[in-house]
Order: sequence, then C-alpha cells, then structure tokens
Amino acid sequence: MAVETLDDGRKRITAPLSEDDVRELEAGDVVLVSGTIYTARDAAHKVLIEMLDRGEELPFDPSGQIVYYVGPTPERPGNVIGSAGPTTASRMDRYTPRLLEIGLKGIIGKGGRGPAVREELKKHTAVYMAALGGGGALAALQVRSQKVIAFEELGTEAVRAMELEDFPVWVVNDCAGRDFYAETIAPWRRNGLLPEDLHFVVNSGDKGNGGGT
Amino acid sequence: MTVREIDSSEITRVVRELCIDINYNVPEEMVSLMREAREKEESPLGRQILDLLIRNQDLAAEGEYPYCQDTGYTVVFLDIGQDVHVTGGDVYAAIDEGVRQGYSEGYLRGSIVRDPLFDRKNTGDNTPAFVHTRIVPGDEIRIQVDAKGAGSENMGKHAMLKPADGLDGVKLFVLKAVAESGPNACPPGIIGVGVGGNFEMSAVLAKKALMRKVGQPSPDPQIAELEAELYEKCNALGLGPEALGGTQTVLAVHVETMATHIASLPVAVNIECHAHRTGARVI
Repeated sequence: MAVETLDDGRKRITAPLSEDDVRELEAGDVVLVSGTIYTARDAAHKVLIEMLDRGEELPFDPSGQIVYYVGPTPERPGNVIGSAGPTTASRMDRYTPRLLEIGLKGIIGKGGRGPAVREELKKHTAVYMAALGGGGALAALQVRSQKVIAFEELGTEAVRAMELEDFPVWVVNDCAGRDFYAETIAPWRRNGLLPEDLHFVVNSGDKGNGGGT
Repeated sequence: MTVREIDSSEITRVVRELCIDINYNVPEEMVSLMREAREKEESPLGRQILDLLIRNQDLAAEGEYPYCQDTGYTVVFLDIGQDVHVTGGDVYAAIDEGVRQGYSEGYLRGSIVRDPLFDRKNTGDNTPAFVHTRIVPGDEIRIQVDAKGAGSENMGKHAMLKPADGLDGVKLFVLKAVAESGPNACPPGIIGVGVGGNFEMSAVLAKKALMRKVGQPSPDPQIAELEAELYEKCNALGLGPEALGGTQTVLAVHVETMATHIASLPVAVNIECHAHRTGARVI
C-alpha cells in the first residue's frame, strides 16, 4: 500500500501510486511524500511533450509517478540541494493532460489549476497537491538526494530524480473534483466590506498568465 | 564645484553584497510584520502556515539556504548624485558584474532567459539586471536591489481607467487584482499600487511603491488613508496565508501617485510575495 494514514490524520505516500491509492487522498489532507519523485517545470515540460509528439520514449516512465514542479537553487558543497520550494502549477496546465494520459498519478506545485486540468484529474484518477509556496529553505530539508536524469542543459529546469522524506503538501484537487482553495477561502471572505463585484470571486488558477517562481 | 569620483568597481561590490544579503535576510520589518500577522490571523490553518513561513525566514537567515528558490529578477533602483563622476567603466556593466558575482558566490539561482520569444536560454548568472536610474542632487550613489519573485510579479495588473472611474474604480481594480492573484502570489505579501503618470510611469510607480520600507504609510494623509482602507479590504478577501483561507492576505498596501493627463487614469498593481527581498546602500 502506497498510502499510510498516521495517528494524527496525516497521510504518508510513496510512489508508485495506484488509482485506489489516489482515491484515498482527499482535498485538504496533509500528505507527507516520501521516496522517489521526478522534477520538471516549464522548459522540461515543453521538451517532454515534444518527445511524446515525436513518439519517443521519455527519460522516465510517468506511470504511477509523482512530478514536482521545482527549479532548485544550486547546492552548497556538502548539501544535497539548495532551496527547493514549488513553482506555480497553472503554467503547466497546457502540458499536464498529456502526462495524465500516460499514467502520471500525482503532481506537486503551488496555486490552483484550471478547469480543464481539474477535469482531467478526475478522468484519470490523479491528484494535485500544493507545497508551501515561498518556503524553499524549509523544503530543502526534506530532500534526501537528487540526480539529474535528463536535459542537463536546462540547468535548474533539468529533470531530476529526487528522493524525499516526509515532504509536506496539501491535497488541493482530488480525483473527486474538489478544489481545496475554493473551499477554504469562501468562509473567510467578508462580503460586507467589499464591493459587490468581489462577493463571489474565488480564484482557482483560471485567470492571469500563470504565476511563477 | 567639486565632482566626486566613484570607481565603478564600488558599484559592483555593493550590488554583489546586496544580492547575497537580501536573498538570505529579509528586511527586519518583514520579520516583525510576519510575526504580527501570526498574532492577528484567525484561521488555525493560516496560523500554522505563518509558523512555517516564519521558520523558513529564520532558516534562511542562517545563511545556508536562500529564503526562496526563485531568487528573482534582479531589479536595481540607482540614484546617481549629479556631482558624481563614475570612473573605471560602464555603470550598467558594473551592476551586471555585481549580479554575476553575487548570484554565483551566494549559490543563488539564475532565472533569466536571454530572449523572451525565440531563444529562452538561461543566461546562468541572473543577468541582465533591470535598472531604473535617476539623477538626483548630491555627490552620492544610492543603490537599492530587489530580488523579485516571478510568482507574484506574474500576477501584476495594469489598466488605463477613465477619469470618470475615479477613486472607486481604482479601489475595485486593486481588490480584483489581489483576489485573482490567489495562491500564485504567495500571500501574505505587499501590494504596490501606482496611479497616474502615463502607461509606463504607473507601472514604475507601482514597483517603486514596493521599495518603500514595508508598512510605512505615505506621507500624504489622503493617500495614507487610501492605503489603510485598501489594507483592510484586501484582508477582507479571505485569501489568507498561501490562499488557504484566513484574515491575513496582505501585510501592507503602498500607493504612489503622480500627475497625469486630463483624459487618463492609469493604474498599475505590482504584487509582492511574503519573500520580500530588498536592501539599499549608499556609496
């Protein structure tokens, strides 16, 4: 079993994840990710999708795996890695469905996903999780090893196999279609203080050009 | 009249030191404002998140891991006294050399691609810096360096409103920008608002607003009142820390204004995340 529920309600997961594993992860769950995951962000996604278009084999098999959207800082001598927090996930929205189609089961980033990706997560029984945005120093402490496995020329954007130990994330979009951001923000909006236009606006990554870091 | 000579290597040295320092040590007012936000936050999850972010701030200050892996665009506000003569080479080359040295020696990430459209190849050393130069009275050079993360920068908004939209139109525009930035801008952060000028001046004003000491109100009482109102309303949006719900969405709202055209009401919103990394030195 790749999902273990701890006494305090948190869940520890290790890839590969089956569809049954994914179904155990619900929006709002605090999840500790351990084991090997793969990193890829903007430039790597572009190349991965181009490889799929050409019918080539990817540098790793995404089936059942977890991809983490991160571009770390260079590691100091003696350290495993530099700062390594998440980047904005919605920039990868254009690429994500292709990877879900070939079996990717988990994604770690920050911020919301667009409606199309949320729908694809349901369709393919996969899960999107957010790590602590801007918490790059803390994130580094949960990384046990990292190795560039492809696209070394992309530098910080290269694909890495990264071994994590109890890396904390929140489930944002589960395979039932829930969106944790929408659920958590709504009760705190004080409509009485705001112009009417803002009474029901809840962002979930559908707008704007897609964030960064 | 005497002219003071400053060697461009001094500029390089200061930029290098600031690049390293700010990426590990946020300004002291950010340390206190984050702790105040932790006291004020009503959401239990929001308080947990602020505890983590404060730990992250402390860990970065130990000097091993930068605060955030996005060590930013290097933005430089350069105020050159008109009685200064810079010797020993090109001023902008000296700034880029400082960035190059600082990012390499400080184990900071190069995040700049050399061309936006046709060749998105990382320059590797975070150059070029984006420099705003002003000639000012005096015989000193003031250099403020800002490491601006793209997650919040990408959430910026700009509009040419109509004069008839007025103050209410500006307020609504700012609040919508913050609401729509959601988790992408890594709240709680700072909202820089530029109103007036023309198309580009309003955007520069918004960035300049972020360079102010955080939480220090505008010296203009009317603008200070607007800042206080926007601060309260931004926090009423309920995004909270990391936009997982709560009462602390922004730590401060800074507004800068300037003259504008009879036909125009330009407004720009430049959002800063909780990783506000800036510092200034005078040579």
